Amino acid sequence: MSEENTEFEGRRRAGQLIFAWAFVVLSLILLAFLPDQTVWKPRTKLFAQPRFWPGVGVAGMAFFGLMHLRVVVRQLGRKRPIRADWLEARRWLEVLEYAGWFLVYVWLVPRLGYLPVTLVFAVALSWRLGYRRARMLWITALFAVVVVVVFKSLLQVKIPGALVYEYLPGGLRSFFILYF
Amino acid sequence: MDLILSSVEILARWDVALALLVGSIGGVLIGAIPGVGPAVAIAILLPATFSMDPIVGLTVLLGIYGSSMYGGSIPAILINTPGTAVNALTTYDGYPMTTRGEARRAISLAYSSSFFGGIFSVICLILFAPVLARVAPMFGSREIFLAALLGIILVVTAHRGQTLIAAAMASFGIWLNTIGLEPVKYTKRYTFEQSWLSSGVDLIVVVLGLFALSQAFILLTSEDEKVRLTRLKGSFFQGFRELARHPRVASVAASFGVLMGMIPGVGEFTAQFMSYTYAQKTSKRPEDFGHGSSEGLISAETSNNAVPAAAMVPLLALGIPGEALTAMMLSVFYVHNVIPGPGLFQNRMDFVVALYLALLILNVLVLIFLLFATNQLIKVVRIPNRFLGMAVLTLSFVGVYSLRNSVTDCILAAAFGVLGFILKRLSLPIVPIILGMVLGGIMEVKLRAGMARVKEPFDFIDRPIAMILFLVILLVLGLHFARVWREFRARKDREWVASHSTKNFASEMHRRQTRLARARQRQLRRQRVRSVLRGPRWK
Repeated sequence: MSEENTEFEGRRRAGQLIFAWAFVVLSLILLAFLPDQTVWKPRTKLFAQPRFWPGVGVAGMAFFGLMHLRVVVRQLGRKRPIRADWLEARRWLEVLEYAGWFLVYVWLVPRLGYLPVTLVFAVALSWRLGYRRARMLWITALFAVVVVVVFKSLLQVKIPGALVYEYLPGGLRSFFILYF
Repeated sequence: MDLILSSVEILARWDVALALLVGSIGGVLIGAIPGVGPAVAIAILLPATFSMDPIVGLTVLLGIYGSSMYGGSIPAILINTPGTAVNALTTYDGYPMTTRGEARRAISLAYSSSFFGGIFSVICLILFAPVLARVAPMFGSREIFLAALLGIILVVTAHRGQTLIAAAMASFGIWLNTIGLEPVKYTKRYTFEQSWLSSGVDLIVVVLGLFALSQAFILLTSEDEKVRLTRLKGSFFQGFRELARHPRVASVAASFGVLMGMIPGVGEFTAQFMSYTYAQKTSKRPEDFGHGSSEGLISAETSNNAVPAAAMVPLLALGIPGEALTAMMLSVFYVHNVIPGPGLFQNRMDFVVALYLALLILNVLVLIFLLFATNQLIKVVRIPNRFLGMAVLTLSFVGVYSLRNSVTDCILAAAFGVLGFILKRLSLPIVPIILGMVLGGIMEVKLRAGMARVKEPFDFIDRPIAMILFLVILLVLGLHFARVWREFRARKDREWVASHSTKNFASEMHRRQTRLARARQRQLRRQRVRSVLRGPRWK
């Protein structure tokens, strides 16, 4: 079983403790870095100090994070994560696969071109998600083309032309750089 | 009249008309697809609107914001799944109507209520605009700082049961906004000597990560559901006749929507809650609420559609966004160097009224579209979840990458996407991060400017509006702590009862016997005292 079925004030119970601990640890680390990462200017009012607002932010994170951790510990009746918490944390890591897909897409677009990469990315991801019927894959390909045409060709959003387009013959090269 | 004419002139352009059409129809479609929502759509489209004129870009975004709730009511009524988060209350009365074969009635009632709410709020605000134009200049740096502080406090306290983590998230947002080169003393803050952090963390990158990418991850890891839809036959005009029979509920709900929309950090949920409670308490048939009450549906749909126009008031008049969607719109203003705030009301009133007129036209367009295209539109509910996830992921790329063509931005967005995914799985609040970033930036600038002329702390609140805002902050905090204290006492009482309750039947009987005996003794004592006080009866 990957999730605890019991609810935590209407919320998922598993994972709350790990998140609360992680948030507190992060905020305490940031708080410890406050003197090193910000500057205190002499002869400057407190509210105008470059350190003031980062200080408010990290102090708030640490204080409210600790209070939240205290509430979570009291409501769960334990300080340490149990197996269900770690299983939930594993679910969080599972999305790194899709984050990876996204970053590979980002890396490939300036090299191979927006249209070809979007086409391959959308169809490959659909395949990965379990859509194997030709109809679904055709719909995905059509969706990819529509996205490129709407955003790059019509709305002219700022996506650079690909490196491979440089190898295309004259007129086609500028057409592809401009529209796809 | 001149003002209205010059506002119409601003709107009388083919690109604005196209933006209105695209925004309204796009918003309805996006709202009708459960799992996408206006925040995702606005986040994705935001960078694309930067190359447009401010009025065109804002019209598209406003269109999506204002019309998504119309679309969101369709799946809420037909399949018990709200298309947008604010349509959750629509399921209470809308879906039971569908189960008893009144789907068309429920949908037409939702459309007419939404239309009434939208038009009511826009008319209120157009009438209210001259007052705002007079009040807005009274807001200086101190007042705007206090209004932003009030907004952040309201956002945090609105998360009942999650106030602490909401405050922690708002602080996280404040801290995020400070990363990079500080613009006054030119010092670096939390850059860890990394050049890519010097320019700071862009709000749009965070918004896209937390809203769009996280939603893509949620959809990609979910299961596809089979949806069975009812075909709707007949016209959708009957809702207007039914709405006309409940003018009081509709107008009170719309007024709640307008009022709550204007207060930063409050928004649709509170407006809906208040108008639904009011409708139930004043109804002749309160027992029908939650089981297909037309009044319940009217109150929910009218109040939530009255909010978008009202939510533009703090944004336009003070430059303070009340929630995530208006925070995103703020960046469109900044990109075009149109700074919302008191100056906008003084110098560009025609622009403000043009935005309201755009909202008015938008409501009419949406209604016409829905009255004739609902049967075709409901098919979008069938789009599989994971396919939607793929679509959102593909579209998110446009949003993030077109911003600065920066791979670093994409990596940051992906990281915030994972954070948003975790927060959504744990049902922890995301909006305070965005508002912390936006309002934190405003507070930093305004506090520095406001304190420059302040000699003693009391000087900060010596102006009437500053004093009122300060008192409202104290009142909100006081009410919040009073509620926390009541909840704490109630919990302690429950714990005491639980810890003292017996698990042994014999001792429970003994305690019960003792309790009854003591009650009887008290009763006898009272009777004896009464008889003594009355004196002897000599008859």
